[in-house]
Amino acid sequence: MTLALSPEEQAIAAGSNGAGAAMAMRIVADSARLLGAPRLIPIASAHIDGALYHGDSGTLFAERLVEGGARVAVRATLNVGALDLMGCSRVRLEEPAREMARRMMEAYRRLGCEQSWTCAPYQAGHRPAFGSDVAWGESNAVAFCNSVLGARTNRYGDFLDIACAITGCAPDYGLHRPENRIARLVFDVSALPAGFMASEIAWPVLGSLYGREVGNRVGVIAGVQKHPGDDALKAFGAAAASTGAVGLFHIAGVTPEAPDVETALGSTLPEATIRVTPDMVADAQARLSTAEAPATIDAVAIGSPHLSLAEFDALERLIAGRRLAVPIHACTGRHVLSELERSGRRRALEALGVVIVADTCVVVTPILASTTGGVLMTSSGKFAQYAPGNTGYSVLYGSLADCVESAVAGRPVFSEALA
Amino acid sequence: MKPAVQGEILVPGAAGEGEALVLTAPISFWGGVDPKSGRIVDVRHPEYGETISGRVLFLPGTIGSSSASAVLMELVHSGHAPTALVLHEPDPILLLGLIVAREVGWQTPIAVRLDSARFAGFAGSQAAVSQDGFVNMA
Repeated sequence: MTLALSPEEQAIAAGSNGAGAAMAMRIVADSARLLGAPRLIPIASAHIDGALYHGDSGTLFAERLVEGGARVAVRATLNVGALDLMGCSRVRLEEPAREMARRMMEAYRRLGCEQSWTCAPYQAGHRPAFGSDVAWGESNAVAFCNSVLGARTNRYGDFLDIACAITGCAPDYGLHRPENRIARLVFDVSALPAGFMASEIAWPVLGSLYGREVGNRVGVIAGVQKHPGDDALKAFGAAAASTGAVGLFHIAGVTPEAPDVETALGSTLPEATIRVTPDMVADAQARLSTAEAPATIDAVAIGSPHLSLAEFDALERLIAGRRLAVPIHACTGRHVLSELERSGRRRALEALGVVIVADTCVVVTPILASTTGGVLMTSSGKFAQYAPGNTGYSVLYGSLADCVESAVAGRPVFSEALA
Repeated sequence: MKPAVQGEILVPGAAGEGEALVLTAPISFWGGVDPKSGRIVDVRHPEYGETISGRVLFLPGTIGSSSASAVLMELVHSGHAPTALVLHEPDPILLLGLIVAREVGWQTPIAVRLDSARFAGFAGSQAAVSQDGFVNMA
């Protein structure tokens, strides 16, 4: 299939709206050709993952767009950057990288993006309407947007997200098309004990298993008795999108395109049914840890995706005023930070040893103390996946309650295994 | 020299050759490959510790982060990219790194599509991808 651009799109690609818009349109069109999309479609919003510094190339690209006079045409929120602009935590990014990271964040601001700096934009007031087409980056945000909100986005890679935001359009391909949103396989959790399903670790652990099992296919999860809440769905999607290439999942009776299994499957037979056993869950949980029975831990990190206010409530309840032996890095966005500050809770938490990290997180930029052989404990399936490669720490996975007890004790403390 | 196989050009670029690196599992470039050196840093990946820099990289698939494109573009910019990429299927995220780098004006390696069933034959040998998409074994 060849891509047909409208006369207006062709004119923009040739420079009618300036060099920046032309570059953006050519990137969108080249991607559309690569994907075999027949045309471009209008989008309602974007979430931009491209403002995180990985090296000078991304900064130079963003500044090229600014110099070319580009501006976003639709609402565009920003994912995390490499710096904590709120000054809550100390980022150990050295010059000249630090200046390049700052320039990158500034360039995206000048392109007209909202200074949201969060990987949970859907909890910061950016919730596109059911059925609308959008262009979102950041794998967990994509999964949540498609699956929980029912808006339609592909897994937009860095730089295509901003190019779509500037042009206001995206390739008509993949999950924008209803036929590609139908589940092809069933992930049946009905054999798992109710006690496990009600536990806090159930959703991140199931997410990491789900991602590994399904890869990039669309599946429907069957056998879930009650709506687990947005924070659990957030944890599931984030874990699934880090072990697999999951852009959309359905949960029968929970997510909007899956009132029941049959509807999610489009009334066709599934290609496969994965019957999840307690052994599979125990294995998935074990694989989240890379540290082998460490005697002590060096730090705790939570908040990937960024913590909601409700998750801070739980953290506060579990700490119960005790002083921490090792720091808990609690990553969140400005939307939550402003609430914590208004109520005086930020200072109270910090006084106990919580390091609040805003605008960024501990696996995307150097915040954790530089150490060799460090052990990081986390309740996040996504942190568990990425911390070893990005921070050099080995990880120990546990529930939030276990993370807090371990931070108070300075060594791993596990309550009874639930799986 | 064994006969070349024709790959489908996904993103045009400079011809490249080098020792083949055939990945045996999908990888997340972000969090899996160090953008400064090209070394595979995902401890759970079977080819952990190998470098993709200067190699003809055979990729069965990618997973994970949407920042794969940023990591590949950074490798191109810093001179640590693979010399050529051979993919089982077009990767909508990773290849953006090449599309955008070309748009900015940097020289990029060629990316071609080839059935992953043919990958294993290249493991451990010198490989080359020509500008017109032929994949050769030296």
